[in-house]
Amino acid sequence: MRHKNKSLSLLSAAALTALAASQAQAATLDNVKSNGEFKCGVSTGLTGFSSPDENGKWTGIDVEVCRAIAAAVLGDPTKVVFAPLTAKERFTALQSGEIDVLSRNTTWTATRDNSLGLNFTGVNFYDGQGFLVRKDLGIKSTKELDGASICVQAGTTTELNMADYFKANDMQFQQVAFDTSDQTAQGFDSGRCDVLTSDSSQLAALRLQLADPSSVEILPERISKEPLGPVVRQGDDQWFDIVKWTLFAMLDAEELGVTSQNVDQMRDNPPNPDVARLLGKDGNFGEQMGISNDWAYNIVKMVGNYGEMFDRTVGKDSPMGLERGINALWNQGGIQYAPPVR
Amino acid sequence: MLRPSTSLPRRGQGPLWRNPTVRALIIQAVLFLILAIFIGYLVHNTLNNLEARGIQTGFGFLEGRAGFSIPQSLIDYTSDSSYGATFVVGLLNTLLVSALGIVAATLIGFAVGIARLSSNWLLARLATIYVEIFRNIPLLVQILFWYYAVLRALPSPRDSLSLFDLFFFNVRGVVMPDPQPLAGFSATLWALLIAVVATLLFARFAKRRQAATGQALPVYWIGAAVVIGVPLIVFVVSGAPLAWTLPELRGFNFRGGINILPELVALWLALSIYTAAFIAEIVRSGILSVSHGQTEAARSLSLPGSITLRKIVIPQAMRVIVPQMTSQYLNLIKNSSLATAIGYPDLVAVFAGTTLNQTGQAIEIIAMTMAVYLVISLTVSFLMNLYNARTLLKER
Repeated sequence: MRHKNKSLSLLSAAALTALAASQAQAATLDNVKSNGEFKCGVSTGLTGFSSPDENGKWTGIDVEVCRAIAAAVLGDPTKVVFAPLTAKERFTALQSGEIDVLSRNTTWTATRDNSLGLNFTGVNFYDGQGFLVRKDLGIKSTKELDGASICVQAGTTTELNMADYFKANDMQFQQVAFDTSDQTAQGFDSGRCDVLTSDSSQLAALRLQLADPSSVEILPERISKEPLGPVVRQGDDQWFDIVKWTLFAMLDAEELGVTSQNVDQMRDNPPNPDVARLLGKDGNFGEQMGISNDWAYNIVKMVGNYGEMFDRTVGKDSPMGLERGINALWNQGGIQYAPPVR
Repeated sequence: MLRPSTSLPRRGQGPLWRNPTVRALIIQAVLFLILAIFIGYLVHNTLNNLEARGIQTGFGFLEGRAGFSIPQSLIDYTSDSSYGATFVVGLLNTLLVSALGIVAATLIGFAVGIARLSSNWLLARLATIYVEIFRNIPLLVQILFWYYAVLRALPSPRDSLSLFDLFFFNVRGVVMPDPQPLAGFSATLWALLIAVVATLLFARFAKRRQAATGQALPVYWIGAAVVIGVPLIVFVVSGAPLAWTLPELRGFNFRGGINILPELVALWLALSIYTAAFIAEIVRSGILSVSHGQTEAARSLSLPGSITLRKIVIPQAMRVIVPQMTSQYLNLIKNSSLATAIGYPDLVAVFAGTTLNQTGQAIEIIAMTMAVYLVISLTVSFLMNLYNARTLLKER
């Protein structure tokens, strides 16, 4: 209530209570600590990123980022309330304070970072937009898609990239936009469109939902850069730092060879000073952010390092079986790189 | 009613707050002031919060490049058009499906409503079944049914069902020839206008003649013949100045011709059939509200059943029907926003959905969308009230 004035005194107590809910929430960390849990916005169901399994438990790489934040802040990865959001709902949910973190395969763009009151905290998955077609059409390149009907999820960067790409290549297309990725895949499956477009990782996931996954293929071209990562509200630097460094800690842990299996042993006998700092044996890096010093230990112990998370959700140990590709660490041929803890 | 009345004895020189007129004024003024301050504070607080969170405000975004494509637009629209254009495209698409829905729902509703009261046992039962089925299933379920269960069962473009090789029905909708007016086509339009005016004048003449002589002229048949025939003759005489772009299968889809989206068809069917069930009940109640004595009187004059219905029962029933019909029309327009479930590009899907998500200007866009629905609803309401005033019982 920075703008108090005399007219305020005329307002009844009830009106003030109603307005209080709309006040800027500066200290997300305090709220999270006092609630004992935090709210994480995820997709309504996308294999590998965030989808509920048969027991109703959320799984996926975006979900595990939420769990890692809960482990870092509250020391318990289960203290997360997941809010399934469509592409159209996601930013309003975060702006209005309905959720504390948006971890929902969201592309980092200038508009979103600069004018929506949001901050992107990093990239948990580097992606690019691709096209999925039925094999029997005999198409080998996106350059042959002139005149196609294309199913796409409404309100995504995918929609914009596609319009730009077809314009640049002087091709026509008919867009069929659906609300959720499920509906989009259904539209493609039933023949409403010739092509399904999305981030290529999503195509790999959606392909598994089709009636006959072997009858389709993903065209080789990638027409855009899609850096996907968690988002927080602008104006709360402390919370911004916590989410950012949760992601960095997972990457640093992988780089330093710290896994959920050996983390106890590594903490008791740190092989080098980097590991000692990461796991809280040296320095007070957690306290600097207002959380406990064993934050990174908790993340790795309870959720795992970045590589473990990747393999389990979208990588080689998952039904999607994606290659690490550019998501490998910087010293392994990829571009995943985190600033050091020191 | 606690209103100060002139018949109350006026107090002489009492204090002001004892004066009921002054007291009422002061209370009203204070309440108004509190409300204004409250709203002002809400706006002020919202703006401050938006600024504090670094969220841009204002309507400047409407001029920005939209960058996304929309599958159906009644105006010229490309991905280079502005966000303002997406608003117009969405609005026109909403109006299109609403107008189509209102016409179809009214026709079906009247037919079913009258059929429910028919003396034909089978017809009346079928009408009852129709009403009970479509009135009791949620509209969203019906939209999804028409879209996924019915229209998706159609063949792929390559195996389209075709009618004379001009109309094609497939899972992508209906494709038909697209007429392009050439020079000289305006003559046909003028002929149509003249024919309509002439028919209206003729109808007035026939009415006066019937009032004077009792002889009725077949106004409907003659009118239909004139309105259809005259422009047709002019069209042929002026050398059929229309170029037809025929649809042809090339590559993935049909090129050329007009493509009617299956989303539009599904939404239109669902809205019409659902609302018609309610209209049927309104028509039935309207007809039942007309005293049976009126029908008996008509019979005793040995008027045929169709004239009894058309000239005696329905005009009286309209007084009951019209006000309720207004709310059904408003419901239909508002329900068209369910379009977003199947990807029909209406105002809510295109503007309050995609544009909102691309620009993040939630407050402005939602306010504009709400204002549009309010304006549409108030306009429909106003027109229907005008019509209602005309159909009211005129006491002389």
